[in-house]
Amino acid sequence: MDLDLQELCEYIASTLADDVQESGVRLDELEITVKRASIVKVLTFLRDDANCQYKQLMDICGVDYPEQELRFCIVYNLLSLVHNRRIRVKVWTSEDEPVDTVVPVFKTANWFEREVWDLLGVYFSEHPDLRRMLNDYGFEGHPLRKDFPLTGYVEVRYDDEQKRVVYEPVKLTQDFRTFDFLSPWEGAPRILPGDEKAEETGEDAS
Amino acid sequence: MAQSEIKNYNVNFGPQHPAAHGVLRMVLEMDGEVIDRADPHIGLLHRGTEKLIEHKTYVQAVPYFDRLDYVAPQNQEHAFVLATEKLLGIEIPPRAKYIRVLYAEIGRILNHILNITSYAIDVGAMTPMLWGFEEREVLMEFCERACGARMHMNYFRPGGVASDLPAGLTDDIKVWADNYVNFIDDLETLLTENRIFKQRTVDIGVISAEQCFEWGFSGPNIRASGVPWDLRKSQPYDAYAEIDFDIPVGVNGDCYERYLVRVMEMRESLKIIHQCVDNMPGGPCKTDDNKVSPPSRGDMKSSMESLIHHFKLFTEGFHVPAGETYTAVEAPKGEFAVYLVSDGTNKPYRCKIRAPGFAHLQAMEFLSKGHMLADVCANIGSIDIVFGEIDR
Repeated sequence: MDLDLQELCEYIASTLADDVQESGVRLDELEITVKRASIVKVLTFLRDDANCQYKQLMDICGVDYPEQELRFCIVYNLLSLVHNRRIRVKVWTSEDEPVDTVVPVFKTANWFEREVWDLLGVYFSEHPDLRRMLNDYGFEGHPLRKDFPLTGYVEVRYDDEQKRVVYEPVKLTQDFRTFDFLSPWEGAPRILPGDEKAEETGEDAS
Repeated sequence: MAQSEIKNYNVNFGPQHPAAHGVLRMVLEMDGEVIDRADPHIGLLHRGTEKLIEHKTYVQAVPYFDRLDYVAPQNQEHAFVLATEKLLGIEIPPRAKYIRVLYAEIGRILNHILNITSYAIDVGAMTPMLWGFEEREVLMEFCERACGARMHMNYFRPGGVASDLPAGLTDDIKVWADNYVNFIDDLETLLTENRIFKQRTVDIGVISAEQCFEWGFSGPNIRASGVPWDLRKSQPYDAYAEIDFDIPVGVNGDCYERYLVRVMEMRESLKIIHQCVDNMPGGPCKTDDNKVSPPSRGDMKSSMESLIHHFKLFTEGFHVPAGETYTAVEAPKGEFAVYLVSDGTNKPYRCKIRAPGFAHLQAMEFLSKGHMLADVCANIGSIDIVFGEIDR
């Protein structure tokens, strides 16, 4: 049985009705959002079910939305070689709520989860070896968070007197410049001066 | 007699070891000369590309992709450009598609020359490196003629390519491609049946298809294990659907077959290059939508609107509709993908780069366990890693 993407989406959503919070096909890409507690169950199902057969975990990515209560979105990208299809599984979490590790399901998740931990500070419970991945030993902070400055906090240099590399607070010879070219005319929400008054009166009237 | 305890000892491989192909630090726990545990420490080349891209417009982000896998820069750009176009929902002209495929294949050959020859030097053959770099130089000249830069091309842009090919370039590429077959033959006489080369690589680092799935392998590494999987065929992008080529597949998935697959892939790439050159359609090389691609220099001198478009594009950039996409291309090393999240502004909200080498290097312990120390070099060479893309 070969399902098309929309059918597969409905199939997964109905089979895992208790775990899937949201599902849909956008830009020809299948995407489901699942409860945090059921991520291991969902990925195991997607890997083993005959209609899914997502045998390969290609990528795990973390996205930071600081304005939301559950600020981190962990995105698992899976690939099925048999059906030549991809799926994106999303899980939302906050700073202090850990996500279950999926290393027992896909061995390759090990490094990808370490990377998410390193760059965003999302904790994966039961992970066999949750160390920093890309940043230096002893690095502080999680650089891909939106509240982490682009220039960072420390810089390194070789100190000739101490004969070793030393960390120092970042000194910029020129101020960090952000060029915000975002045009008020295109794309951005259109707020004209005085518009807020209209809303206020509207609220009063109702 | 007092029982003496035999302790394993640790070897710190790298970070400046020539066979590490960059800055790989690997802590090896050895039982005599046999590897017990291999723990790669990466990140010595981490430049925060993903963070930087969040602060750049979409066009400004393209050059960062050249600097990921600096051995084959075009293929990285390709993934980002395709992802951007998918979110923008634009279609590019056929000529641009063919030019991109042509240069993606040149990138593939660039990569495979470097990998095969440096791999050969790791296991003791000097000459291939010296021969191969001559050919790489020729290819980089083709890159230079198309866009002005030998390596970091910044040539693929959302909406097409930066500029059209200069007159006569495709003819020269064709002449080169005709002769390049001889180079591959020569290279094979040095390596394919070479006794030393085979002793160092056959049955070293064997990985089965099932294990490849678990470790997230892709590209030549998964094909060497007998899985006929190639994104150019299974999920064709740009002009690949119209081009006829074969996918070489291995049987055993050892270091030797990973080498053989790459050699065969170079021959297939030549086929693709020939077809691209022969069937190169005419017409524009970028979309005529001036909200995305810049107007020509001539237009700017005479048309006010073009001048405005040019100014807007190179200051503000273009707005990409909110959405997200996971777009993958078959880079020479495997599946290179970009997970792009747009929030509707002129800068990417998040741009996650999926580097094939990252997943491959992770399997290093699996591949090396139980092998000798010298086989570690063969394994590193055969899985084709470049630290620019792994560390990002």
